[in-house]
Amino acid sequence: MIKLSEKIFKDDIGQEPTRNGYGYGLVAAGEENSNVVVLCADLTESTRSHWFAEKFPERFIEMGIGEQSMAAVAAGLGISGKIPFISSYATFSPGRNWEQIRTTIAYNDSNVKIAGHHSGISVGPDGATHQAIEDIATMRAMPNMTVIVPCDAVEAEKATIAAAKIWGPVYLRFTREKTPVFTDKETPFVPGKAEIFYQSKSLPEVLIIGAGPVLHNALLAARDLEEDGIGVIVLNNHTIKPIDERKIIELAKKTNAVVTVEEHNIIGGLGGAVAEVLANHYPIPMEFVGMQDTFGESGEPEELIKKYGMDAKSIKEAVRKVVKRKK
Amino acid sequence: MEILHEKKLKELEEMANTIRQDIIKMLEQAGSGHSAGPLGMADIFAAFYFYILNHNPKEPNWQGRDRLILSNGHICPVRYAAMARAGYFPVKELKTLRKLGSQLQGHPHRRHLPGVETTSGPLGSGLSQSIGMALAAKLDGRKYRVYCLMSDGEQDCGNTWEAVMFAGKNRLSNITAVIDRNNIQIDGFTEDIMPLEPLRDKYESFGWHVLEVDGHNIEAFIDAINEAKAVFEKPTVIIAHTIPGKGVSFMEFDYLWHGKPPAKEEAKKALNELRTLGGKIKSEHE
Repeated sequence: MIKLSEKIFKDDIGQEPTRNGYGYGLVAAGEENSNVVVLCADLTESTRSHWFAEKFPERFIEMGIGEQSMAAVAAGLGISGKIPFISSYATFSPGRNWEQIRTTIAYNDSNVKIAGHHSGISVGPDGATHQAIEDIATMRAMPNMTVIVPCDAVEAEKATIAAAKIWGPVYLRFTREKTPVFTDKETPFVPGKAEIFYQSKSLPEVLIIGAGPVLHNALLAARDLEEDGIGVIVLNNHTIKPIDERKIIELAKKTNAVVTVEEHNIIGGLGGAVAEVLANHYPIPMEFVGMQDTFGESGEPEELIKKYGMDAKSIKEAVRKVVKRKK
Repeated sequence: MEILHEKKLKELEEMANTIRQDIIKMLEQAGSGHSAGPLGMADIFAAFYFYILNHNPKEPNWQGRDRLILSNGHICPVRYAAMARAGYFPVKELKTLRKLGSQLQGHPHRRHLPGVETTSGPLGSGLSQSIGMALAAKLDGRKYRVYCLMSDGEQDCGNTWEAVMFAGKNRLSNITAVIDRNNIQIDGFTEDIMPLEPLRDKYESFGWHVLEVDGHNIEAFIDAINEAKAVFEKPTVIIAHTIPGKGVSFMEFDYLWHGKPPAKEEAKKALNELRTLGGKIKSEHE
């Protein structure tokens, strides 16, 4: 088993938002490579771009509230040898500027990294206008695009540093709220390589595939399920594209049932990506935990995760449901 | 830049005419594409590729080259013709425009044709991309200039004004924008579809230096480019007044020629007009 935080199931586990990992990662990437530049559309502190801006003011570009221009300016920088990171809320970037990302970044093959912040409904009180639940789908459907969804602040930092080293367009997805930090510095992170985060001692009956902070709920569910006599494997599938087909098929053959967990619409996101792999290579029963094709609303993050069915309880129900479908 | 003497000016005018003939032939072969815009910009493209640009057709990725960004990608036949005549690729390849396997995509793509600088077609994002290149030049201490050609129609786009505002704020004097002010867009005349005037005032109020020229007067256009280079405190836009379909009498000023190619007989008539400069000289074939 790989190394995770010792406090993974403890109440006093460290809490930090994944956007902080982006902020740390930018500074590290900027120190390593002087071609890294950061652009932001009037959300510098909120996207944690301000740490980079303070350290490398000459390489920080304030765009104002102009996400379309931000994408296309970054495309021009990327073509000219820079490694631009563009930062805003995911509903605006890659939401509002989808076409500029398609034409000037992806089709143009410009080396731009797109950081979509405040994704999912855990944004909370701001409400559905600011809760991106479609961004994985819209980015994943674009040729040339890599899509990475880190599960905690530590993985977010690693993903940001890794993105600077990947040639070509990358979409990185971050969240606003503090969430458990359950990986640590030594947990391996290789883009495109899914990692087993939980393996029951008993024979696993279900494979849970998750990405993002809700992966922690999947781990809590896995522990409870094992106590109840249902063995599961939990796979951290941080890279939605290119997806780790081999690993998914290998594990699916062991369990013959899959549950996907994501803070995104169940259409077109991680669940969709996994369903494509299974439909092509190994069709088996599957359940989708995520937003059930509906918009969110205002509320506390925890309340929303519960109401919209992405908490540990809902994941356990999905596992029980898929087990029944196996017979 | 070499000195612009009479002989050179005459060469540029002849090159513009050759480019216009190439455009007609390409579009007729392709069976689809845009006629009016490319013909209207032939003089400006001749000026760029054969006089203004610091470039090397044999080394299209040379880092020190000036960047010529075509924001309104749909007029690419004029760029392709100028590039072929300048030696970027064989002239005979022009007839592959819009065909399967061609370098000459219906709208230009950077990965298909070296020297094209960036992909364009969807309107309104070329100036932003030019800004990215201009910022990179400043960060790296490079002296190349960035020229961004835009249509007047794409002044409708919000993205264009985000970029205009940004370049003004950041005093990006290494950018020169050129607006093809031909007064037409697909649905009709610009002032009917979405009025742009007073265009000069708009750019001036956003912190730009504004020049207006006759886009078919190559000498005046080159003068304007030189003036732009001498302005160090702000970006410059040259509003180039052009005639859509310039050089072909039955296409001039007619917005219906914005988005269609000439049929066989129309192409023959157009080429005859261009070869004889509207009947002013007798064709050697007659």
